[in-house]
Amino acid sequence: MKSMKLILMSLTLGSVFLFSGCGNGDGKGTGAIGSSGAAEKVYVAPGELDEYYQFFSGGFSGQVTVHGLPSGRLLKTIPVFATDGEKGYGFNEETKPMLMTTFGFVPWDDAHHPKLSQTNGEHDGNFLFINGNNTPRVARIDLTTFETTEIIQIPNTAGLHGSPYPTQNSEYLVAGTRFSVPIPQEDVSIDTYKENFKGTFTFISGGQEPGKMDIAFQILVPGYDYDLATSGKGPSHGWTFFTSYNVEQENTLKEKYASQYDKDYIAAVNWKKAEEYIAQGKFKEWPAEYYHNFYNDKTHTATATKKSGVKVLIPAECPGLVYYLPTPKSPHGVDVNPTGELIVGSGKLSADLTVHSFAKMLAAIEAESFDQEIDGIPVLNFEAIVAGTVASGGLGPLHTEFDGRGNAYTSFFISSEIVKWSTETFEVLDRIPSYYSIGHLSIPGGGSMKPWENGKYMISMNKITKDRYLPTGPELAHSAQLYDISGDKMELLLDFPTMGEPHYAQGILASKIIDRQVKFFPLEENEHTYKTLNEKDTRVERDGNEVHIYATMIRSHFAPDNIEGVKVGDKVYFHVTNLEQDWDVPHGLAIMGAQNAELLIMPGQTETLLWEPLTPGIFPFYCSDFCSALHQEMQGYVRVSPADSDVKLSWKLGDEGSGN
Amino acid sequence: MKSKGSLLLAVVVALCMGACGGGSGDKESKGKFAPPPVAKPLTFEEAKADWKNQKGLGPVTNVDLGELDDALAARGKEIYELKCTACHSPENEKLGPAPKGILERRTPEWIMNMILNPEEMAMKDPIGRGLLTKYNTVMANQGLSQDDARAVLEYFRTLK
Repeated sequence: MKSMKLILMSLTLGSVFLFSGCGNGDGKGTGAIGSSGAAEKVYVAPGELDEYYQFFSGGFSGQVTVHGLPSGRLLKTIPVFATDGEKGYGFNEETKPMLMTTFGFVPWDDAHHPKLSQTNGEHDGNFLFINGNNTPRVARIDLTTFETTEIIQIPNTAGLHGSPYPTQNSEYLVAGTRFSVPIPQEDVSIDTYKENFKGTFTFISGGQEPGKMDIAFQILVPGYDYDLATSGKGPSHGWTFFTSYNVEQENTLKEKYASQYDKDYIAAVNWKKAEEYIAQGKFKEWPAEYYHNFYNDKTHTATATKKSGVKVLIPAECPGLVYYLPTPKSPHGVDVNPTGELIVGSGKLSADLTVHSFAKMLAAIEAESFDQEIDGIPVLNFEAIVAGTVASGGLGPLHTEFDGRGNAYTSFFISSEIVKWSTETFEVLDRIPSYYSIGHLSIPGGGSMKPWENGKYMISMNKITKDRYLPTGPELAHSAQLYDISGDKMELLLDFPTMGEPHYAQGILASKIIDRQVKFFPLEENEHTYKTLNEKDTRVERDGNEVHIYATMIRSHFAPDNIEGVKVGDKVYFHVTNLEQDWDVPHGLAIMGAQNAELLIMPGQTETLLWEPLTPGIFPFYCSDFCSALHQEMQGYVRVSPADSDVKLSWKLGDEGSGN
Repeated sequence: MKSKGSLLLAVVVALCMGACGGGSGDKESKGKFAPPPVAKPLTFEEAKADWKNQKGLGPVTNVDLGELDDALAARGKEIYELKCTACHSPENEKLGPAPKGILERRTPEWIMNMILNPEEMAMKDPIGRGLLTKYNTVMANQGLSQDDARAVLEYFRTLK
């Protein structure tokens, strides 16, 4: 092991010498290989495991990708808000309900902020949550299966950006509306924005209870653009903070008109107060329709349930519920440090960071240091609440995360760099470029009360990668970069391309979840309506023009594998159960001409593919996931006859199991 | 220039590889499909002739059969029907051999090890290797617990 590392190092050094000897390069972007030992720090030898799971948003792919750190290796793509032919997600009958909304079946979204569930302010490794920005939704991914198991639609919301940012014990996931709209929706002139458009903050309950996610309550707020959020911790537990821009309430050319004022607001919401008001019945029941979709790992099937009605709190009727913290220059990210005292607002059009003090905020509320009131929401006096300003020297601050050693790390989009600063003195301690145009950054555990290993690694997520990788036509991959932050100076270790836009990511020490992985689903626990647990029960049934095939699969055959009597115009449902009971033995089902996708069925699971043959003939089907030395033999035939044919329904496997 | 560079790199690589002496040999492979042991194995025929001494490879080293336990056999039959019948018919060869009369050709330990540890049995056990050659496939590991495998063994005792 040691010797391999030495060899690798000598190779790396050798390559550096050779490349410099060749006179290659103009010095551009040499950060990654500029320091000794970077290769050794990210080298995970074949057969060795990474130290961290890092969950990346797939951005406009709608999915989540899981990478290992420090290697950067892609471990899995988890389909969430978009269909995925590879896994049959959104194509098979079992997962189609996951993508149901009041707008119908919506097979795409823009995934933004993966956030790990928390207990006592620490990442507990139970679940990952992520928001869909376009058709407002929040999803739960179960970290025992790495599958999306729940999606809730957020009503009275448009552009779900500031989400899910769970509270300290995942009591709530939160959501803010980035686009204010009429609430409830109505057909009005867009020019009546100031009069008719409103924003909402939504609190979603059931974070720690699978199947129980629901809209606990919403808060109606002035029609600004609510951008990002973060929930308090420690002393600030019980509060959630939402940034806003467009306090100007403009509805056109926002690029210019939404940036006129010097300050916008961070909204501080006292959600424990909200709970009191709800308990007192001081809410309004508003009409709202939304879907709650839940995938059950016993039935292996999702159900989509339409719900209606939400409880809405109006700040003017609920004193002490919401306060506005003035914050310069269109704040984008808002982040609370691990002690829960500092609220960092990143004015994205500024050079400086504004740091508010939670203790000062409470004192200002107590002393009623209010500059004005907007729709019943007091605006706190800026000087009364500000703890300090970080004169960063950078441009375009966006997001801040923390190590466990009193340091903060802020991304700067415009100046394309990361600035490390002290949360004690607000002095800048170090800065390092990112390649290029960083959005979020992520320190595993860096948004919680307990950053893992006191902050060992940091990931930057970059929007632009021109000249960093081999060119691939006009569209280039986005990227992530890995930094070592364990020392005084940040050190760039690795570049790796990502799927879609790696909008945000969170990481967790692998040991927190590695031992709870489901390896297969016990057949005895399979509660699927159309399961077939034994080859002797395999059969084909006709119900009008529906044909139901109850099939099984095991290395390396389908039962049945010869089926006759299907007719043009039939809706043929393949209900296939994988009888394997071993880890890493999924089987696939692919049938010629099917207009959806394959099935990819985990051991012990049942899935259903709908196939509507259009022409008579013989249609082969086969296993599409390489399963054994006889994988190529794992195949079968369906005979399709004309609609008026009298070919009888029959099926068989080998010499046994002939039916009818 | 470029070719010189490549040559030099090749030399560096070669030197490193030489110093390494092949590298990975000092570390035991973690994979399930480790190469068979170097010692001369019994042939399939030799091992079958010697079946009473063949206990296979796996967690089971000693089984005391005792009196037939009907309840245990009934449980074994349930497990067998759920997890094994896709490939094994009790009395006739299907994709794999039938278990009927198996205790007249295999030891109880071998049977349980074959159920619990089929991958290693197919690679390293002389009878397991022979069966792999005959049936062209490694038997699926159906994730039975040792108690489940014991129950299935009890069921096999009833198939005479």
